[in-house]
Parts: sequence; structure tokens; C-alpha cells
Amino acid sequence: MTIAVSILPEQQLATLNAAYRKAVARKRLRLSVGALLFVAALLVAAIGAEVNLRTLFTYFGNFISYFDRILTLDSGQRVWTDFGEWFWGWRKWLHLLGETLLISYVGTLIGAVFAFALNFLAAENTSPGPWLRFAVQRLLEFARTVPGIVFALIFVIAFGLGPMAGVLAIAIHSTGALGKQFAEFVENADMKPVEGVRSTGASWLSCMRFAVLPQVSAGYASYALLRFEINVREASVMGFVGAGGIGMELIVAIRKFYYSDVSAILLTIIATVFVIDIATGWVRGHLFGKEART
Amino acid sequence: MSRRPHIEPEELRKRYPQVFDPPITSRLATPAMLAAALAILVFGLVDLDFSVSRLINGVGQLGWISLMMLPPDPGSSLPIYLKALGETLSIALLGTTLAAVFALPVSLLAARNVIPSAIFRFPVRRFLDSIRGVDTLIWALVWINVVGLGPFAGVLAIAVADFGAFGKLFSEAIEGADQKQVEGIRASGGSALHEIRFGLMPQVLPVIAGQVLYFIESNTRSATIIGIVGAGGIGLQLAEQIRVLEWQKVSFLILMILVAVAAIDWISGKLRFAIIGQRAVA
Repeated sequence: MTIAVSILPEQQLATLNAAYRKAVARKRLRLSVGALLFVAALLVAAIGAEVNLRTLFTYFGNFISYFDRILTLDSGQRVWTDFGEWFWGWRKWLHLLGETLLISYVGTLIGAVFAFALNFLAAENTSPGPWLRFAVQRLLEFARTVPGIVFALIFVIAFGLGPMAGVLAIAIHSTGALGKQFAEFVENADMKPVEGVRSTGASWLSCMRFAVLPQVSAGYASYALLRFEINVREASVMGFVGAGGIGMELIVAIRKFYYSDVSAILLTIIATVFVIDIATGWVRGHLFGKEART
Repeated sequence: MSRRPHIEPEELRKRYPQVFDPPITSRLATPAMLAAALAILVFGLVDLDFSVSRLINGVGQLGWISLMMLPPDPGSSLPIYLKALGETLSIALLGTTLAAVFALPVSLLAARNVIPSAIFRFPVRRFLDSIRGVDTLIWALVWINVVGLGPFAGVLAIAVADFGAFGKLFSEAIEGADQKQVEGIRASGGSALHEIRFGLMPQVLPVIAGQVLYFIESNTRSATIIGIVGAGGIGLQLAEQIRVLEWQKVSFLILMILVAVAAIDWISGKLRFAIIGQRAVA
């Protein structure tokens, strides 16, 4: 059997080739213009951010040696040779860590409750009125865009120093973030049960309770757990502005160059975040089956 | 008309005991969980010194502060604020780009379909996880110790913090890629590098570009706050004005942040749309 490859006539081939080259050239042009714009933006940004490669190279050794220093005890030995000395403040740190976890727990729960109350008003398919929906959406957007730590800074002045400011800051930020996610979840819900419940003469509230809620509650819990995980990280730095938790101890250690304390506190934070990560992942997997894990 | 089969309720009860008489453990599971959640909440409120009087006082203060914030007014410092905002945007853009550039090769090492051996993958993944476990603000504090106060420390902080996040996201994107194209390259005699360049990259680059754009957006938010610890940008001004209780300036700065974030949001949304097309955006 012979293999026949049909060769197009010269003329036809030439036009095809020309069209192909033109298409490729246009794509290349677009790509290179985009890349050029991007590099230009980077250059402007580099000037704006006072990037100084010389400083970086001169001091980069510091970065490496910083980790060397935080892993060295005052006595000059490596930290892992003497755990008692390294984690000398473990009682205090564990207590503060517990406070951090409580801050994120209470903050997430309060935020979830408020988000729950607001999300049916913000979702397109269940909102009772377009004006209300607009107002609630803007409110949630505000709560989510202003960073939690900025709220914390203001709350520290209003409510005084302490974990209460941190809790409220996290609660507000969580309300904004969860409110949006919950509302998106509601928007994806099946509307047929709602019609069914409404046809029995039920009020808006009953429609939400008996038609929408059973569809979305598992998703809510999953998102709330995910938010809790994020909030643990957030709460670990709330102490930087005096809003409670382990952050206070950490910033003091960093600012005052208590090197081995820095590494000890950082390690406890990282370990906690790991454990919370794995635990919430496990809980989500078990409570809501595989599909809710993503 | 077909006649409805007549079923005794008693018989139904007997046939589906799990529906009509669920075991007491599963009936009690939800209330028990709610009770536990509530108990921890109450314990937390007590332990964190919540009190009604403090709450009322604080809300009163907050109302007072909100009144003082109106109308937003930059005073005579508008040029300084605009420069600070530019600094913030620069920090976000540069930090994210640096992180993406460094994370790409490392993410290959963490992907199951590139490095099949778990012994090599495991340390890389744990390394990325530990970087991710540390908040951007903490990295900013560390970098301030190294390169001094200023926006450059902020760029490096965002770059390091995102390096961890990107490493994980990119490796997940790479693991999700279709292996058939890689096999095709291998079948035609390509080397391992060819497999990555021509088999994997064309599939994952659009996904990665979308993620990078999304992070530039979210980093604009992060970049607004790293100034609070002294790493440049608009956060520095914000923290300062809050400390000296110049509430009109504070509200103006917050407005500036909101507008900037909304603008970046819009631009990156358009760009993502152009790069990945409508399917992936939704």
C-alpha cells in the first residue's frame, strides 16, 4: 500500500501560507505589545516602590543570617539543643495562642450569623427588592474591602485595647466575605422548591426557611469553616495593633530582637495553622462529602 | 384514572424505619453540635472580656468617630496621599510578579505529574506550606529588619508570602493538566524539558495568568496594610492619621483605598476575560 499525501497546487498553497503567517504575526504582535506594556508598568512600579537592587544584594546576607540568628539561643548554641530554654515562655504563648483561636472562632461565628441574616437580601433570586439588594451588597462590599486590621486600628480606639477589638474587626470582615459567598451560593440554588412553597401561600421568610435553606446549609458550613481557617492567620497579627492574641508578643520579640523567641513563636503559629488546616479539611470532608471540599 | 395503591401508614413506618424513627444519635447530632458551638462562643465572650457596658460605650464612641469622619477631607496632604497610593499599587504589582516568577519553577517540583517521587515532593510542599502559614505582615517585619523601612521591604514581603501561595496553586494547576499532550511529546522523542515546555505550559499558562491577576487584585488590599508596620504605601499614612485622630483624613484615605481596589478589580477582570475567555472567568 502506498501512502498518498496530496500536495495542493502551488497557488493555493501560497495563499494559505500567507494567511497563516498573517495570523501568527498578528498574535505575536499582540503578545509582544502586551509584554512591553507589562514591563513598562513594572519599571514604573519599581521606581515608585524605591526598589534598590544594591540594597537588596548588600543586605541579602542579612536575610539569610536573620534565620541563622533566630535559630540561635542567647548562649550561642542552636535552639534545638535546649528546648526548655527555647520555649521558655510556652505557658504564656500557649495562653495567647488559645486567645488567638478564640478570637478567630468568636469573630467567624458572629460574622457568619450576620452574613446569614443578610445574604438572602443580597442574592438576586431571593431579594425582596432591588433597592434593598443594592444597599446590602454595597454594605457587604465595604465590610470586605476595608482590611480587617484597619477596622482593628479604629476599634482599638473605640473599644479600648484588647481582644474585643480584634473579634469585632474579624467579625466585620467575615460578614463581608461570607455574605458574598453565601449569596452566590443562594443564587445557584434550585428555585423550584421556592415556587412550590410559595404556591402554598407561605411568606417570604417561610420560603427561605423551607425551600432555600435545606439546599444551601451544607455549603454555608463549609465556607464558614474555610473562613475560620483564614481568620486564624488574620488573628495572629491582630496583636500588632493591640487587638489581642499572640501577635502582640511576636511584634515585641521582633522589634526588640529577642531572636530565639521570634522563631519559637513563629513555629507555634505555623504549627497551629497546620493543625487547623488539616482539622477543618477533615471536618469538611466528613460532614459534607467529597463535593463540598473544594 | 388509575387507582392509587393503598398503603397503610403503619406498613410504611415498618418498611422505612430510618426515615420515621431515626436512631437517637443522629437525631441529637445537630442540636449537640449547635450546643457545643454556643458553649464555646459563650466561653470565648467571657474569656475575651466582652461586656455589655464596654460594647455600648464602644458603639457610642464609634458613632462619634463616624460623625467626625464626615465629610472626608484630605486637608493639604492630597499629593502625599496620591504618591502613597501609587507606592501601594507598585508594591502589589512588583511583589506579585516576583512571586510568580520564582514560584513557577518550584511549583513544577511540587507537582505529582512532573516529580513522581514523593520523597522529593514532600519537603517542597511542606516548605511552601510553612511559608504560607506566616502572614504577610510578619514577613514585612522580617524584611524591614533586612532592607530597612520603606516600600522595598513591602515588595519583598508580598513576594515571599505569595511565593508560598503561588507554589501551591500553580502545582495544583499543573497536576490538573491533561497528561495526553505530555505523552504525545514524549512519543515524538521530546526530552523532559520539551515535555514541560510544549506539553504542560500551553495548558497551564492561561490558568496561571488568571491566578496572578487575581492575586494582584487581592495584594492591592494586602499592600494597603503592610504600611501599618512601616513597609511603605498608604497604610503608613492611614495608621498615622488614625493615631493622631484626624478622622476626616482617615475617611478620605479609606475612600481612596476603596476606589483603587475597585479600579484594579475592574481592570484585572477585563484582562482575565481577555486571557482566559468567558468560560474560565465564570
